[in-house]
Amino acid sequence: MIAEAGHYALVLALALALIQSTVPLLGARLNDAALMNVSRSSALAQFLFVGASFVALTWLHVTSDFSVLNVYENSHSMKPLLYKITGVWGNHEGSMLLWVSILALFGALVAAFGNNLPLSLRAHVLAVQAWIASAFYLFILITSNPFVRIANPPIEGRDLNPVLQDIGLAVHPPMLYLGYVGFSISFSFAAAALLEGRLDAAWARWVRPWTLMAWIFLTLGIAMGSYWAYYELGWGGWWFWDPVENASLMPWLAGTALLHSALVMEKRNALKVWTILLSILTFSLSLLGTFLVRSGVLTSVHAFATDPSRGVFILAILCVFIGGSLSLFAWRASALKQGGLFAPISREGSLVLNNLFLTTACATVFVGTLYPLALEVLTGDKISVGAPFFNLTFGPLMVPLLIAVPFGPLLAWKRGDLIAASQRLIAAGVVALLAVAVVWAWTTRGAALAPLAIGLAVFVIAGALVDVAERIALFRTAPAISLRRAAGLPRSAWGTLFAHAGLGVALIGIVCETTWNSEHIAAMKPGDSAKVAGYEFKFDGATQRQGPNYRELLTKFSVSADGRAIGAMTPSKRTFTTRGSSTTEAALMSRGVSQLYISLGDIAADGAVTVRIYHKPFVLLIWFGPVLMALGGLLSLSDRRLRVGAPKPARAPRALQPAE
Amino acid sequence: MTRKQRRLVMIGGAGVVLAVAVGLVLNALRDSIVFFSTPKMVAEQHVAAGKRFRLGGVVEPGSVKRGDQLQVSFKVTDGDATLPVAFKGILPDLFREGQGVVAEGSLDKAGVFEADTVLAKHDEKYMPKEVADALKKQGHWKDDYEKKPPNATSANATSASAAEATK
Repeated sequence: MIAEAGHYALVLALALALIQSTVPLLGARLNDAALMNVSRSSALAQFLFVGASFVALTWLHVTSDFSVLNVYENSHSMKPLLYKITGVWGNHEGSMLLWVSILALFGALVAAFGNNLPLSLRAHVLAVQAWIASAFYLFILITSNPFVRIANPPIEGRDLNPVLQDIGLAVHPPMLYLGYVGFSISFSFAAAALLEGRLDAAWARWVRPWTLMAWIFLTLGIAMGSYWAYYELGWGGWWFWDPVENASLMPWLAGTALLHSALVMEKRNALKVWTILLSILTFSLSLLGTFLVRSGVLTSVHAFATDPSRGVFILAILCVFIGGSLSLFAWRASALKQGGLFAPISREGSLVLNNLFLTTACATVFVGTLYPLALEVLTGDKISVGAPFFNLTFGPLMVPLLIAVPFGPLLAWKRGDLIAASQRLIAAGVVALLAVAVVWAWTTRGAALAPLAIGLAVFVIAGALVDVAERIALFRTAPAISLRRAAGLPRSAWGTLFAHAGLGVALIGIVCETTWNSEHIAAMKPGDSAKVAGYEFKFDGATQRQGPNYRELLTKFSVSADGRAIGAMTPSKRTFTTRGSSTTEAALMSRGVSQLYISLGDIAADGAVTVRIYHKPFVLLIWFGPVLMALGGLLSLSDRRLRVGAPKPARAPRALQPAE
Repeated sequence: MTRKQRRLVMIGGAGVVLAVAVGLVLNALRDSIVFFSTPKMVAEQHVAAGKRFRLGGVVEPGSVKRGDQLQVSFKVTDGDATLPVAFKGILPDLFREGQGVVAEGSLDKAGVFEADTVLAKHDEKYMPKEVADALKKQGHWKDDYEKKPPNATSANATSASAAEATK
């Protein structure tokens, strides 16, 4: 009954989406406010119904109703409650339902908080949202219905893939989808602007918070996914340049570019056409990511076998939306008026440079991800493009971008003074050179480029600090005045500081981890000990334990540094009875921002356990960086300028709340 | 500067960056891509020793031998040809005899595949896509790799096989 209700709610959501995708447009054409307002109520109702559908599936999972195929295949009655809930989106059908739920959530947010939007713009935006929603409802209902019943219900389910039985599944996919799908808003705004043929600085002001919100979630989602892979897969790797990872990185790069170009449009009314194009491209890349992951076309460590009808359906959605929006762009973009003038050396110029490098880097990732696929289709040759390719292409493109990052905020709008900006960055440059010298002197091994890369990271961080120090006239006036200035600084300036500094912090972590990571692999028997990077690991022994839906071999290692015990680490190996598969649960111990990492391999008949021990210096910075960036985004989002200021609000403007 | 000159500067700058990027991509594509082969393809094409490639196939039952110092040797077969593989390190959780495997490395002079990476990111029902395709092409595909659930009313959607399948 619940399953049928959930299915029916989804059908109703589709019906509402179809209404929402047509009636408001008709209203805009006839200039009929009542018809345009249909978009608002239908967006809210649509969210209600798809939400009900999602709750229904969650209920089926929680109550272990194995008469539903989706539950049978991905759940088990003994599974802990948390994984019963997260298991809802730990499979294809459920994750697509989550996708459309989030899409509807964003539509509802625009409907609820978009009171200051011009009526016809809101009608257009919500109509475009509804087109996307309709396509994906159809996809779910036709090829991936999560509510299919089994004729003879089995007593027990087949359990969720053990690797997915982790807290990471609770956080990572929803975050990532909030990011992916959040970019649909800027896409809809872009399509609406093209349909209306009207585009001004106010448009950018409306779009920017939504883009920023999506960007924050995507940043956190990617970082979370990376950390999850790091501790769950047991290889100690945090980024594999896997197609599925690239699929999330591409919208992030394009979205970051969009964030910056929207700034130019908002402030200077320039780069309009480019901003529109980026909005379209960013969401197109999100759709591409959905296609790559959901159709199973790519061979990857995230390999996902599905039947081809789904792939073809998503490919069709992809073609219609990307092709359609680009055609619309080609047709209408010339109608948009040219924006303000600016010199190449200016804030605008530096943001253009940022966009240039980000989109080019995005293009190289695109080539590396899709080239193997294209080659296989064309010639039948199977190749894999791995980390070496991306290190040789993406890496070099990031270097000039990172060098340019500190200059951007120091240049004035319209016409900047590069020499003055350089003079102000002298302090940052000196700090960076000092960092290079110190790292050079202290380290004994590793690539010669590593100290330089750290110098670059320090330059980015110091440059970000210099920008704020200049604005509050630190050390040039009395501290009290500086403090007052700091308090009066717009939050977006602090946002820039954190976001740019986060980039440098992440880079330090990446360089340190890849260059000075120590690894030790050995077969150890109880009583054996191993020394890695000055730490001593003593294998105390192994015990068997019974978990809720698995058996676990728990090993205990005593860790000591300089003869002083600092704690115990307990990596384990879990065998899941239902699926007959096993997972390795690595043990982590943080020492400052560095980590010790132990993961287990095979267990020999004589009781020896193969053990992989890592010391990963500064590894946590890799994820602190993105967290800082997201914090910067949040500060920027809370800036007063973004909340109010859209011209002539219909009612008292309300705050845009990030979706929790 | 006039509007035209400014535009030229912009377009010129963009052109330079794009050209550099194209150069980087072409260079990287020449040096760092890895081809996929099955043992049969290796036997037919006489792959040179030292050239990196990915080897895919099924781990031959009874062929896995463990030596000292985490040395492992096993044979990979595609039904037509068999290739011995040597590997040092920890095999993935899902590595089993009779299961699909993908290894990356190169041939040594004796014709043994020296693997530095072994991927077996799949579960009991799922074969690595490349391996499945290659086996199908050669007519050795066994349907029992994919068992259907009882009375399923729709096509069996194979479950996620690796971490972050929902990414």
